[in-house]
Amino acid sequence: MTDVTRLAPILMAEDDKDDQLITQKALRENRVANPLVMVEDGEMLMEYLRHEGKFSGTPPAPLPCFILLDLNMPRMDGREALKLIKADEKLKKIPVVILTTSKAEEDIIRSYNTGANSYITKPVTFEGLVNVIRSLKTYWLEIVDLPAKNLD
Amino acid sequence: MTKTQPSIPILMAEDDDGDRFFARKAAEKNAIPNPLVVVQNGEELLDYLHGRGKFDQGRASTAPPCFILLDLNMPRMDGREALRLVKSDERFKKIPVVILTTSKAEEDIANCYQMGANSYITKPVDFDGLVEVFRSLKAYWLETVDLPIP
Repeated sequence: MTDVTRLAPILMAEDDKDDQLITQKALRENRVANPLVMVEDGEMLMEYLRHEGKFSGTPPAPLPCFILLDLNMPRMDGREALKLIKADEKLKKIPVVILTTSKAEEDIIRSYNTGANSYITKPVTFEGLVNVIRSLKTYWLEIVDLPAKNLD
Repeated sequence: MTKTQPSIPILMAEDDDGDRFFARKAAEKNAIPNPLVVVQNGEELLDYLHGRGKFDQGRASTAPPCFILLDLNMPRMDGREALRLVKSDERFKKIPVVILTTSKAEEDIANCYQMGANSYITKPVDFDGLVEVFRSLKAYWLETVDLPIP
């Protein structure tokens, strides 16, 4: 458990503005120290990860400790972004947690088959979301060993 | 209340019989309802998944596990090789694999994620630590997450 990865950002791709806000709230409720980087679609997500477009400045933005990925987004959806991330030798080791409204078994199975590290259906209540974020915090930031970000 | 049916087994590969014993105890302490099927090495793990060898039950196939706990250092076939085989098999690659090993080497951690491990956990040195790991495995994989095999 390296300290380096502890404060790496959590990268979240979510197109719905309300969901963006309540997720930020849920992270604060859980006192998650890691900064949250929010992008609104798969294209922005890939730009961030590849240091391109609006994210092409120097020094390059740090790779996230894990990614929260909505499936249904405009421009490039989460299914496509997941495929790209898990096919990229530099990015595939970053844990990707699908966090989506879809509970379709097809989406669940396909996501795991594509290499998603986990799949979570978004709860309908704020309390439910706070509980999910708490679970994510405990598991990914306290129990699990994350890949060190500087290993290329 | 778990989201996953309690009849679905958790499959664990662990060569050390002391660690196998403690794992069962840790699962019990957390009242994990799912049966814990423990095999001794990577070969037995693959045999279980394929329903062959000592797991050949004739026409009945072995129940696919809800997730796999995988030690790295085992004889006959180690966890790295087993991971590679599981994650390259169209039938099995969707099964979440949690590496649970004594190795805390950065190289092992990075390589396992690179090969498709869903998570990597360094085995705690004491039993209380192991109980906590199993508590969080239950809370995360059985109560929070949607698994591909419900």
